[in-house]
Amino acid sequence: MSTPQTSPYGFRYIGAKRRTKEHPRFVTGRGRYAADIALPGLKHVALVASPHASAKILSICSEAARAVPGVHYVLTGDEFCAATDSLPIGVDAPKVTRWALARERVRYAGEWVAAVVADTRALAEDAAELIEVEYEPLPHVTDAEQAIANTDTLVHPAHGSNVILHRNFVWGPVEAEFANADHRLSFRATWNRNATVPIETFAVAAQWNPATEILDIWASIQMPKYPDQAARALRLPGNAVRVHYDVDVGGSYGVKRGIKHTVLVGYLARRLGMPVRLIEDRLENMRGGDMHGPDRTFDMTAAFDGDGTIRALKIRAIDNVGAYAGRAPFQLGKPVSAICGPYAVKAVAYEPVSVMTNKTPQEAVRGFGQAPTNFALERTMDRVARHLNMDRLAVRQKNLIRKDQFPYTIPSGSTYDSGDYQTVLDKALAAIDYPALVKQRDAARENGRLAGIGISTCLEPSGGNSAFEPLLNPKNETTTWMDSCLVRIDLSGAITGIMGTSSSGQGHETLVSTVIGEVLERDPATIRVIHADSLQALPSNSPVGSRMAIMLGGAAAGAARQIKETLLAIAAHNFECEKEDLDYRDGNVNLKGVPDKMLSWDQLVEIAHRKFHAMPAGVEPGLQAKFVWEVPTGGGLPTPDGRIQIYPCYAFECHIVYVEIDPDTAQPEIKRYVCGHDCGVMINPDIVHGMTYGGIAHGIGAALYEQFTYDDNGQLTSGTFMDYLIPSAHEIPPVKIVDHCTPSPITTFGQKGSGEAGYLGAPAAVANAINDALAPLHVEVNTLPISHLAIWETIEKAKRQ
Amino acid sequence: MSERLYAIAIEVNGTKRTGQVTARTSLVDWLREHLNLTGTHVGCEHGICGACSVMLDGAPVRSCLMYAVQADGHRVTTVEGLARPDGQLSVLQDSFCEAHGLQCGYCTPGMLIAAQALLDENPRPSEHEIRDAIGGNLCRCTGYQQIVEAIELAARRMAGEAE
Repeated sequence: MSTPQTSPYGFRYIGAKRRTKEHPRFVTGRGRYAADIALPGLKHVALVASPHASAKILSICSEAARAVPGVHYVLTGDEFCAATDSLPIGVDAPKVTRWALARERVRYAGEWVAAVVADTRALAEDAAELIEVEYEPLPHVTDAEQAIANTDTLVHPAHGSNVILHRNFVWGPVEAEFANADHRLSFRATWNRNATVPIETFAVAAQWNPATEILDIWASIQMPKYPDQAARALRLPGNAVRVHYDVDVGGSYGVKRGIKHTVLVGYLARRLGMPVRLIEDRLENMRGGDMHGPDRTFDMTAAFDGDGTIRALKIRAIDNVGAYAGRAPFQLGKPVSAICGPYAVKAVAYEPVSVMTNKTPQEAVRGFGQAPTNFALERTMDRVARHLNMDRLAVRQKNLIRKDQFPYTIPSGSTYDSGDYQTVLDKALAAIDYPALVKQRDAARENGRLAGIGISTCLEPSGGNSAFEPLLNPKNETTTWMDSCLVRIDLSGAITGIMGTSSSGQGHETLVSTVIGEVLERDPATIRVIHADSLQALPSNSPVGSRMAIMLGGAAAGAARQIKETLLAIAAHNFECEKEDLDYRDGNVNLKGVPDKMLSWDQLVEIAHRKFHAMPAGVEPGLQAKFVWEVPTGGGLPTPDGRIQIYPCYAFECHIVYVEIDPDTAQPEIKRYVCGHDCGVMINPDIVHGMTYGGIAHGIGAALYEQFTYDDNGQLTSGTFMDYLIPSAHEIPPVKIVDHCTPSPITTFGQKGSGEAGYLGAPAAVANAINDALAPLHVEVNTLPISHLAIWETIEKAKRQ
Repeated sequence: MSERLYAIAIEVNGTKRTGQVTARTSLVDWLREHLNLTGTHVGCEHGICGACSVMLDGAPVRSCLMYAVQADGHRVTTVEGLARPDGQLSVLQDSFCEAHGLQCGYCTPGMLIAAQALLDENPRPSEHEIRDAIGGNLCRCTGYQQIVEAIELAARRMAGEAE
């Protein structure tokens, strides 16, 4: 842990251990989170939520609430829905409208019905309790398959069905491969609802300035197109909404998408002429915060040969998106980009079905649907091995795409950029001493313990152009998700990098400063990075989909290179030579072989800012450059049969887990955990490792502990941290990460994306380990989370058999 | 709900602070809203996540589960009180930076409080003792690994065994 280590890739700063620029403000309590923004005269919102999963709203009586001293307003759906537009929906289902406040009908328990604005949050809550809402309960449905079958119980009757998306993709000769295969097997894998549940709930404050006609917004947001969506719903031009991105976000991992909260607060701030803030309390966050993740059942069918070769897959995925749908159905689209994982499968049929129910709406969660899909794929690999009585490693090794096959195009049309999967797997096996681990497991079994080894591999598609949107909605032609950076050198010679989005722990200030420092050969510690607001800023699509190392890193490099070219042009002009005759070192430029003939950084900056007479013709004075970076693989619309390149880069990881289960209590304990990881060049290894550790912890939570459970009445029964179990330092074991570097051939420095890695692979590995432990009992579990109770019941069932 | 005000006097980060609060004002709300000490964060408001941890007379407590009036006459240390008197980072704070023991920073103040309370009592904790001490503080970014490493580093530094 000593600093600084040098870059293993031969760079000056990239890859070396560098402290994270953001940390000092956080360890001193000087972060600036949305709940810390103190606006003079700030008013506070409390919400009235539906107690019913489905009901008609017959009446709302708010007179008593309005009469409470200090209460400024009570807003209900009638006014709000008339004055604002519905939030956009990703798929083609225009009748599925969605507002922050329900009008006439509620569709899930916890849906907001009224908002109270008062001088303090406590007063607003007091008043909210005085609001009387009369409901007429309606039948509800929370199970996706029942929602498909039961056409009498429609969540959105105007839509005419509970199915909001249903496609059938066939890529390659699926039926021929099935007909020719030696073996076939089918099974069902279920991924229940969980989410990344940041410790900070969602918070947003808004202030309308009637003189400038600008709505200022401070929010704990991580969301592409957020200012545009807010403006559109509020019926304001885009340039009337200013989102301040210099707000620290207290964790997100995909879910901080409080667009409905924002439109509500923005409307109230403008309506009342007062600054207004809403901070979710934990129950609101869990129940009505609309941040649940995929809730998915997979029917997997595999066709394979006796030697373990997987020839084709049929995947039916039914996803329960809850009562409204924003981007959630697209979480069935990202998996298309890696539909067969890291395996050379010739043909795949994929049937994604997105179903609305009376559960809390689903939103984007880390991996955007990839973690559940990988769980199903990796359970399939274990099932195939068991079917053939083959070693699970051997089946994987048989099917892994080989290093010499890259770039490799999978049946669904995505080309994987690079990889060396076998070496990464070998390194992880060596790190855990696999033969010794097998002996340890077997010895534990002999001592009467249930012990299992779990293996999973996984791809992390990263840096995408969001083209799953046109794939799943032909009316939507999104094929780019650019990002950008502006670099400016001021008269003092100091460097500032400007980015156009907020961060939620990914260390983007460190990323940008490291990249700019690398290109300009200036110390990143001296480079300041700021988050511009949305009216000043550059196009950005926010840090989703493991994209920032590729996209923001690429943009920062592009802008810095333009600066460098300008400096070289100034020097060439003054030395009356060509740029090629010059050496650039540490920001100083000298004539090759003539050390005396040098213009220093300070001199060059001085010329650019003050001395137009010393500037070459056609070069802008004032030293700044903007660069908008397009996804390296560009953007194209899908083919008619649904082949598409969405992501440019594919990182690879494998997880090896050793679990022991106490035979008396059924308590599982993860005793060893190794992750082999290859995301190309790591710009900051500490940051990459940190996100991987954190993702693994999320994955362990999804595998063993975390679930948004509902009772028969459609009530969320895990709305607090007493019953939605977030793993602590006791449940998460020490993890060893083994790095490997296969550079991407198509990014600026060879980097690939990172951040989702651990969460994508850990659930499958842990589930496989539990199942290996249960194998001697001839039982298995294919439903996550595999809770302590589920293990107990499975063991008891085995005993009875 | 009565909005009667009660006078309180609490030593916060070494300075006596006084105020008038309602009975239902939690300690964390008083620290954040009345003293503008926004380093202490609110995560769950039901005593599980530990983000709101502060030290009360040297021991870590949940400031979301405590009313401000209950802290009357006591000594409270928040994250803003952990730095050295000259404003430099404490060994523990610096070790968190060095070991990348944080990402989004939201749970960090509570983690630092829990870790500092541990090191005050037990300057050379084992890994198990560290995990035990932070077992009531949830973090969603780090998987705890680099937090444990940061606390181990701080302990070694305090013992003069690491720089």
